[in-house]
Amino acid sequence: MSDATETGRVLSADGTPLKKSLNRALRVQKMRALALIAPLLIFVLVTFIAPIADMLFRSVENQIVSDTLPRTVAALKDWDPESGEVPDEQVFDALYKDMFVAQEQKIHTRVGSRLNYENVGMSSLFRKSGRAVEKMGDLYVDQFEDLNDAWGEETTWVALMASPAYAQAATGWLAEQDAAKKAGQAFTKAPPAFEPAPGIGDLLPQTAEAFGQFADFMRTEEEETALDDEPWTLVYTALYNDLTAASEAGIAAYSGPQADLLKEAKAAVATFESASRKAQFLEADEDWGDVGVWQTIRVYAPRYTPGYFLNAVDKQLGPDGITDQPENQQIYIMLFKRTLFMSMVITVSCILLGYPVAWLLANLRMRTANLLMILVLLPFWTSLLVRTSAWKVMLQQQGVINDVLVWLGLVDDANRLIMINNQFGTIVAMTHILLPFMILPLYSVMQTINPSYLRAAKSLGATNWTAFWRVYFPQSVPGIGAGSILVFILAIGYYITPEIVGGTTGTFISNRIAYHISSSLNWGLAAALGAILLAAVLILYWAYDRIVGIDNVKLGG
Amino acid sequence: MATIIDLKPQPFSFVGPIVGAFGALAGLLVGTAQGSGLLGLVLGAILMAGMAFALMHLKLPRRSVRLGLVVIFAIIGLMVGGTIGGIISALAGWLFGNLTFWLADGRYRANLAPYLTPGQVLWHFTFRVICGVIFGFLITPIIVVMPLSFNAEDFFTFTPEMLALKPEGYSLKHYQDFFTNSDWQSALWNSLTIAPVATLLSVSFGTLAAIGLSQPHVPGRRAIMAILISPMIVPLIISAAGMYFFYSRIGLQGTYLGVVLAHAALGIPFVIITVTATLVGFDNSLTRAAANMGADPVTTFFRVQMPLILPGVISGGLFAFITSFDEVVVVLFVGSAGQKTLPWQMFIGLREQISPTILAVATLLVGISIALLATLEVLRRRSERLRGMSPG
Repeated sequence: MSDATETGRVLSADGTPLKKSLNRALRVQKMRALALIAPLLIFVLVTFIAPIADMLFRSVENQIVSDTLPRTVAALKDWDPESGEVPDEQVFDALYKDMFVAQEQKIHTRVGSRLNYENVGMSSLFRKSGRAVEKMGDLYVDQFEDLNDAWGEETTWVALMASPAYAQAATGWLAEQDAAKKAGQAFTKAPPAFEPAPGIGDLLPQTAEAFGQFADFMRTEEEETALDDEPWTLVYTALYNDLTAASEAGIAAYSGPQADLLKEAKAAVATFESASRKAQFLEADEDWGDVGVWQTIRVYAPRYTPGYFLNAVDKQLGPDGITDQPENQQIYIMLFKRTLFMSMVITVSCILLGYPVAWLLANLRMRTANLLMILVLLPFWTSLLVRTSAWKVMLQQQGVINDVLVWLGLVDDANRLIMINNQFGTIVAMTHILLPFMILPLYSVMQTINPSYLRAAKSLGATNWTAFWRVYFPQSVPGIGAGSILVFILAIGYYITPEIVGGTTGTFISNRIAYHISSSLNWGLAAALGAILLAAVLILYWAYDRIVGIDNVKLGG
Repeated sequence: MATIIDLKPQPFSFVGPIVGAFGALAGLLVGTAQGSGLLGLVLGAILMAGMAFALMHLKLPRRSVRLGLVVIFAIIGLMVGGTIGGIISALAGWLFGNLTFWLADGRYRANLAPYLTPGQVLWHFTFRVICGVIFGFLITPIIVVMPLSFNAEDFFTFTPEMLALKPEGYSLKHYQDFFTNSDWQSALWNSLTIAPVATLLSVSFGTLAAIGLSQPHVPGRRAIMAILISPMIVPLIISAAGMYFFYSRIGLQGTYLGVVLAHAALGIPFVIITVTATLVGFDNSLTRAAANMGADPVTTFFRVQMPLILPGVISGGLFAFITSFDEVVVVLFVGSAGQKTLPWQMFIGLREQISPTILAVATLLVGISIALLATLEVLRRRSERLRGMSPG
């Protein structure tokens, strides 16, 4: 005490101020708690939150177009989509280069199917053009080789286009490979990385780029060097373009390897037969003359697109901005509405069926109530698949309910009721499956309501109905709220039951999501639909947290 | 609050119409089945009311009257509707006998407050009937599956032989199929190898985190809790879609590990909820006392804290186990054919080829859920007892 009066501060046993020492203890406690939570938090973040984030990312991601067709996308920037005219030769040339590389890597069909979601027919257009594009350069290959056989030699090309260091490394690598093969050993050394010859990029820019891509392709995809195969026909085409564009003096000034060959070619290209890329593409598929195709590529060129979200609400992003989908393709809004409507019907049925049962359980003697509780908990604990198959058994046309009705004579054997593969089936089965989720929260709320309030109300002259409606019901509303949100959240995301008993009219939005993931492979649209559904659920979750608190979630009584 | 009041015998003018009304209802059902509903209705009402009159005025020994009614009804039923008809009408005979005496003695008021008006008494029983129907709705589908799984035919419905209770209508062949068919056996094996590992993961991580979360000062407790509970709230189809996309990026799609991790994530909220609920009543002075007596934190955890929260941990584990064992949506996307679990196999069976083996599996699974339910109940009681014992 004397310490405190002297310094004005309370000190702990070791002489530090008490406040500081308490703070330290608190900090240690906090750190310990966080250390205990951290492993699980990291686990959930990696195994669960990251996948959800990935899904959200996929719903806007659209890198495939600009990654596969980079030159075309750049060239299309200058094209006026309003002009109503097909882009010029320059764009077709860019498309040729992109398509050639893409078809060598066998990814041109992927961008085709991506664009096919927006403009039907583009998938086959890309597939067809992929085959045609390989042959477009044959014309130049033949002419160069007719001019001089050296153009058909891999070594000529490597000497011309690659740095001497690369040529040496590639030759060395080939020799090592041969040696290993002779010795019967496995050869795992990676082929050398390509380096362009100095100055060639300035002299023959297109050829240098095309050859560089060819060499990289050989190294990464084929695991070989540029010495192993004749260059792509794209390289010959590029060489033709470069030589026609290059100035006489520029070529004459070149003194690197194969200079004579190049000069000879430069002199000859003027007499070469040439073809318009545009004509070649139009010959491959006349759809390239359709302005709509080009507009679609242009609209979906950005790396991120709202297109999937627009599709998910029956709109589409076209050249004229956002428009409605054609009437016969508008299904998502209808599906969302149906999902919401049916979830609401299921929730209301659960309230209607769950309320009396919860009331009975809350007002019976504990022993009897526990016994009856088994009837609620047994379905709750029974496998979802078991209950769904049970409803299939009950509801089908040759099923138990129809059999009983026919046996009783209430229904004619010829017109058995159709209760499955429609909305009715889904609603009945899901009400049954979700009913325990309504009864349990209602029961726990009703248990806390004092029955003497009801008796007091009656003794003050209230009728049975008034006493219930004005006194008992308001006290049970939190239970209804908790149960309803729980049932509703579970219902709008249901997949298994609607899939089995829903037929075509009783399916939910989740069935459509599953369809897009596993059958149509339109993952972006599946992700966008999922994101919308997730947003709806999170809003409800937030409301649930407000009303009940996530800490108070109880399981099975 | 059961009130003991004088039970007054009731006159026929009260009993007769009620029993008659029930008779009319039963008659209507039998009548429609036989061709004429109206005739059945009238006959049923008259016959049952007459029977009630006879029972009330002939002072016969009650036991033999009840037994006699059951036998008479059973014989009539047998003649009209075969074995199953016999059983149903024997039940009806038992019901009508008891109903008549119950009403006539005035026993129906035994457990009710004496001041209730007849209308309130009527409502009381109507309400119970309504609740009975709802309980029936809850339990019937599960009950119906069981006899059907013994079907000798490959149908999902009751065959005439089954209804006639003939032995040749029943067989164990669907169970035999389940235990010999390699598809089902590998599915069972997959379920049994995935679920325990997933449970172990979620229980060990979950229990630690729950202990951390129940400390008095946790920064960002709400946000952490929201993240940890989210696998339970996010619709399964969305979790499945996200995991499918993400796990195929990192090469976990179609692997055993991927399915186990996904299932562990789905089971975590259940462990967190049950264990934190157990820890709410945990008296922290116990751990302090242990530390005071020289126990290190690890000893304290295993010797003091663990035994007390064990019921919560086990029931959380059971929830996690059943979540994984019962899960189909996520495994459908994250797994490949090599991880086909029991629910997945059932799902295929329901969607594509209809095989009653599903019902045999369903019956076995209902058996498992009954066992789980019983275990949980025992654990709950034990937990309450333990917590009742702990001071504070």
